[in-house]
Amino acid sequence: MMARSIGFNLLQIVFVIAFAPLVSGVLSRLKEMVQSRRGASVFQPYRDLRKLFNKDEVVSENASWIFRFTPYVVFVVPIFVTTLIPVLTSYPLFFAFMGDMLAGGFVLALGGFFATLAAIDTANPYGPMGASRTRMVGFLAEPVFMIVFFTVSFIAGSTIPYIVQQHWVTFSEFFAPSHVLLVFAFVMLILAEAGRIPVDNPAGHFELAMIDESKSLEYSGNGMALMKWGGQMKLLVLMCILLNVLVTPWGLAAGKSVAEVFLAMPLVLFKIGLFILVLVVIESSLAKLRLFRISEFLGAAFVTSVVAMITGLLRF
Amino acid sequence: MQNLASLLASLNGLAAGIFLLSAFGLLATRQIQGCVRFFRFQSLSLVASIFIIAIGIPVSDLIAVALLDLAIKPWFIPWLLRRYVPEEIFQRREIEQVFNIPSSLLIALILTLAAYFLAAPLPPAAVALASINVPVGLAGILLGVFMLAARREAVPQLIGIFAIENGSLLAGIGIAPRLPLVAEMAFPFDMLIIALVIGVLTRITHERVGTTEVGAMQSLREGTSK
Repeated sequence: MMARSIGFNLLQIVFVIAFAPLVSGVLSRLKEMVQSRRGASVFQPYRDLRKLFNKDEVVSENASWIFRFTPYVVFVVPIFVTTLIPVLTSYPLFFAFMGDMLAGGFVLALGGFFATLAAIDTANPYGPMGASRTRMVGFLAEPVFMIVFFTVSFIAGSTIPYIVQQHWVTFSEFFAPSHVLLVFAFVMLILAEAGRIPVDNPAGHFELAMIDESKSLEYSGNGMALMKWGGQMKLLVLMCILLNVLVTPWGLAAGKSVAEVFLAMPLVLFKIGLFILVLVVIESSLAKLRLFRISEFLGAAFVTSVVAMITGLLRF
Repeated sequence: MQNLASLLASLNGLAAGIFLLSAFGLLATRQIQGCVRFFRFQSLSLVASIFIIAIGIPVSDLIAVALLDLAIKPWFIPWLLRRYVPEEIFQRREIEQVFNIPSSLLIALILTLAAYFLAAPLPPAAVALASINVPVGLAGILLGVFMLAARREAVPQLIGIFAIENGSLLAGIGIAPRLPLVAEMAFPFDMLIIALVIGVLTRITHERVGTTEVGAMQSLREGTSK
């Protein structure tokens, strides 16, 4: 039984590693189609990764060990979070009680911390600029994160994602105001954290306007591939937290047989596909905000989460 | 039956949550057009809440109230404003505000919490379904008053008055859902007259003085020429 539980955990990790590039490929392809361009194939991220792994790596002479170490941290961090959250099964797996949602947030923040350090490390002028902007977005997003997590744990009575996820199965709980507003706030957070459009343009190549991209400007070869893959996995992990924990627990494997877990894969991918459609609509209909307007965007997210807390906790 | 009641309570709570959010939106937008849009959202969520309570109790008068509000608030009042307020005011981007947007949002949050604590000692709402309406409606009133004080343009101030009315209707439905239809009908028509009078007043002020910024109108001018 324990071996099978560990096995499912590993399967979840393999799922996240294998499908993260596909998810961002589908996302960028759909976005280009909506903007009436043809766009690259959905498998382009895999080809990019293979190309990068085959290339030589160039590292600045002035860079320290942090620069070399960071790609591995960025790649491993989403894997750690994957062990804590429900990706395919709706019952807790072997590593589920190692940490709660706050631990997941901290572990993700560790990756961000190392990426920031590495960006400053090479003394490329664009790196620190983007890094400090990421920190700005990060600390504006922090209070929203806290309020969302604390409200969730107050309502569901736990901070372990597997247990929280069981809470919103019934319709009346699903449409509860706190739940819907929390989902709004969390979607805004994902947009900010993953560097999507109203906050940052992931497809932009103009160094002065970059927020998230500029941190990997100095990387090449293996390091670049790991940074890219890690970023894609982070997006997929955030989507899994949103869809499997906060929005709906439907479509996950409830039984312990291997077949059910494999059946859950297409269902989870289908849910992610639906969310990608929402993301494409958001990204195609909004313009990127100017930098000093980001505080207003995240302020709106904060107000939304506080309203969720008020309507959820201060019940009469 | 139990399930339906709790589902209706959830949906009503959701409508109240969106009502509160659009009250925040009214405070946070920079454009008058955006203000009107958030007022529409707010009125629509108010109508949704009235509908849900009308189904839940059930009271047929409330459906008539909801239909009347649906006709007047989200559609007719914005149309009236478009018709009577000069186009130039709608095209202006930034609205003058006493506080900047993040701090007015924070003040609004404090007001909302205050509304909850003010509503806590009140006796429970007449119908359990609508218990969330009282504090949220009270918060709507307070936020409308704050908007009236913090905005310096005529049109957003007018929308602030409407936001106060929306809040009081939301709270009123929770407290007394079985009010006679005649009493309920008075408010929307009052609002129409307010919209018309202030709209015409704004137009004339704009023609005579050249601005509708209330904050800028502190000194007397001689004569009526421009």
